[in-house]
Amino acid sequence: MAGFFSRLKQGLSRSNERINAIFVKRQLDDNTLEELEDELIAADLGPAVAERIITKFREKSFGQNVTSDEIRATLAEEISHVLEPVAIPFIPDPAKKPHVVLVVGVNGTGKTTTIGKMAHQFRQEGKSVMMVAGDTFRAAAVEQLQIWGERVNAPVVAGKQGGDASGLAYDGLKRATEEKTDILLVDTAGRLHNKNALMEELAKIIRVMQKFDASAPHNVLLVLDATTGQNALEQVRVFQELVNVSGLVVTKLDGSARGGIVVALAEKFKLPVHLVGVGEKAEDLRPFSAQDYARGLVGDTQK
Amino acid sequence: MFDQLSGRMSKVFEGLSRGGKLSEGDVSEAMREVRLAMLEADVALPVVRSFVNNVKERAVGENVLDGVSPGQAVAKIVNDSLIDALGGAGAVPLNLSVPAPIPFLMVGLQGAGKTTTAGKLGLRLAERERKKVLLASLDVQRPAAQLQLQQLAEQVGARTGGLVVSLPIVEGQQPVEIARRAMETGRREGYDVVILDTAGRLAIDEPLMEEVRQIRDATTPAETLLVVDAMTGQDAVNTAQAFKDQVGITGVVMSRMDGDARGGAALSMRAVTGAPIKFTGSGEKVSALEEFHPERVAGRILGLGDIAGLVEKASEQLDEEEGERVAKKMLAGKFDLNDYVSQINQINRLGSISGILGMLPGMGKIKEKLAGKDLDTSIFNRHKVIISSMTEQERRTPGIIKASRKKRIAAGSGTTVPEVNRLLKQFDDMSTMMKRLSKMDLPSMMRGIGGAGGLGDMFKGMGGPGGRPPFG
Repeated sequence: MAGFFSRLKQGLSRSNERINAIFVKRQLDDNTLEELEDELIAADLGPAVAERIITKFREKSFGQNVTSDEIRATLAEEISHVLEPVAIPFIPDPAKKPHVVLVVGVNGTGKTTTIGKMAHQFRQEGKSVMMVAGDTFRAAAVEQLQIWGERVNAPVVAGKQGGDASGLAYDGLKRATEEKTDILLVDTAGRLHNKNALMEELAKIIRVMQKFDASAPHNVLLVLDATTGQNALEQVRVFQELVNVSGLVVTKLDGSARGGIVVALAEKFKLPVHLVGVGEKAEDLRPFSAQDYARGLVGDTQK
Repeated sequence: MFDQLSGRMSKVFEGLSRGGKLSEGDVSEAMREVRLAMLEADVALPVVRSFVNNVKERAVGENVLDGVSPGQAVAKIVNDSLIDALGGAGAVPLNLSVPAPIPFLMVGLQGAGKTTTAGKLGLRLAERERKKVLLASLDVQRPAAQLQLQQLAEQVGARTGGLVVSLPIVEGQQPVEIARRAMETGRREGYDVVILDTAGRLAIDEPLMEEVRQIRDATTPAETLLVVDAMTGQDAVNTAQAFKDQVGITGVVMSRMDGDARGGAALSMRAVTGAPIKFTGSGEKVSALEEFHPERVAGRILGLGDIAGLVEKASEQLDEEEGERVAKKMLAGKFDLNDYVSQINQINRLGSISGILGMLPGMGKIKEKLAGKDLDTSIFNRHKVIISSMTEQERRTPGIIKASRKKRIAAGSGTTVPEVNRLLKQFDDMSTMMKRLSKMDLPSMMRGIGGAGGLGDMFKGMGGPGGRPPFG
């Protein structure tokens, strides 16, 4: 896991630098707490969540003479406490042939790339994978997934651009069932959660798939961009309400964005965070580790 | 979820003294709420700090005019300052004053919407400026990215009689070479503008930032446009700073403004880069690119509502003819349960009620009140189900629905008689209100709605001084 940790650390290094600057050895006073709270806000935890975490932290540590390492460790513990219950790896059910995964999200979060990477990993594990190019809206989205299909040697069910995504998903499910494929990954067009017609289309994809297999999809993964701010809360709320999201994938954590919104999401929705994207390569889509993430957010205590 | 700033401010301002000068204490109290509202809107922390300090300086000691509450006075200063900070004077046009072919460079993070924006920009230049535009994708990273721009160019080209074309794809060519070839083609074939669409890159990715510098040096773009997702959080400052330092930015395009993000990143971008926000992307259609309106975005950031946005959203989602038909019936006092169902369908199309309320200025208070009461639009859908179990005659003349009919309707719709009663009672109230409306007896109707203490106040406040929407 060293690779993952160091990558995550690189990704979060900006926050480390800034938080480290605060951690001179001194008594933990109001000023320090306020600065810490500001740092959490600057990491996208949102003002309310940042305040709650700092309040709890204050109860434990206020007035103590603490080293910077101790502050970091305690604060990381506090954050990891929130994250631990949602750090649940993604494990497909081998009894299902196929285990159907519907991938949803707003535009540009990296749905297609995530599917490509997941397909790569399942193929590495020797599983059979089929993909459905359900983004029939965006130009060349189908071709993008087809290229992934060639790379990982997995069939891609595709139709015409502008075609009906739910029909395609049905065909994919039927074919994957006939071929006893292990995992079926269904891509969908990016859509803003406040566009009702588009959200209804997504619900339709699910309904149509359920005509073939009432238990499908077995997972609905919402892909979130780590650079997203407080609007992610609204995204998750609406997608969960309308298409019953079962878990989250957080992408682009290798950038300068610190993805603190994950903490706010964990607190509010308690949805599993299955995977995080920390780099361009397929291996860089990793299980989410609460401790590593929390430590990365406030600065590594075990350098 | 987001408390509306106006609602909060009005609470703060209740305590403010009337008349005289704004004291530092008054202003500081109000500024705490402004700070929170801006943070919730994703304005970056350092930007919030300096904004709040500026406003404080501007506001303290300011005279409060007669007839204006201190709250309104502070809110006006906040709003005006924010519009200023966002660019004030209005949209800054694209630089088209260099010799053709004019190179434009599109840069930004992955998934920000660069390629889509490039296509939209091409359409705009062709339609409004009659420019011949060449689109070139320099994205050799993401699979099929070049194909995406090519397909977009075909779409846009078809709409503009071939004014917009994409550079033919040459496999294996590297970004800097493609850029040179694009400019070369632009010169040779007489294009007015060449839009260079680069791969998405992380601001901290040194090799890719170096690459975009090389592209810039090879083409000396007239505009380097940073495309930023309106949903971007605090990282907006890091991204803006990095692109400004390493590439240089002449303008910003905010994408996905048709979402419900409050769009605080716009202010962060503007503050850090100093570059004007030139356009906003407002939909999936290739024509959905608009000039930037600072006052609209200011309202969104402060949570003061976005009337223009509401109207746009409404007109996009509602069936206008159907609405008019029902409105006529209402005015004629002939509103029946069929019309009620049609209204429910319209409401459902508009999305959640709280979303709509959020777009109206001065609705903060109402929203807060409703939030406590667990506002649930599913009641409308229950009503729809109940009505669907009625006969056509019952829908047109609900008066005939008595005990046995109620029982049948309840059984048919899987509901209970009390639920049917509640629907009928509510419908009755609505009809009464509409009859009043048809007699233009507005005051008594306002009393009816304004019982919650909000709507009526809002309408009263509309005619406030200066014609600005009310802030409390």
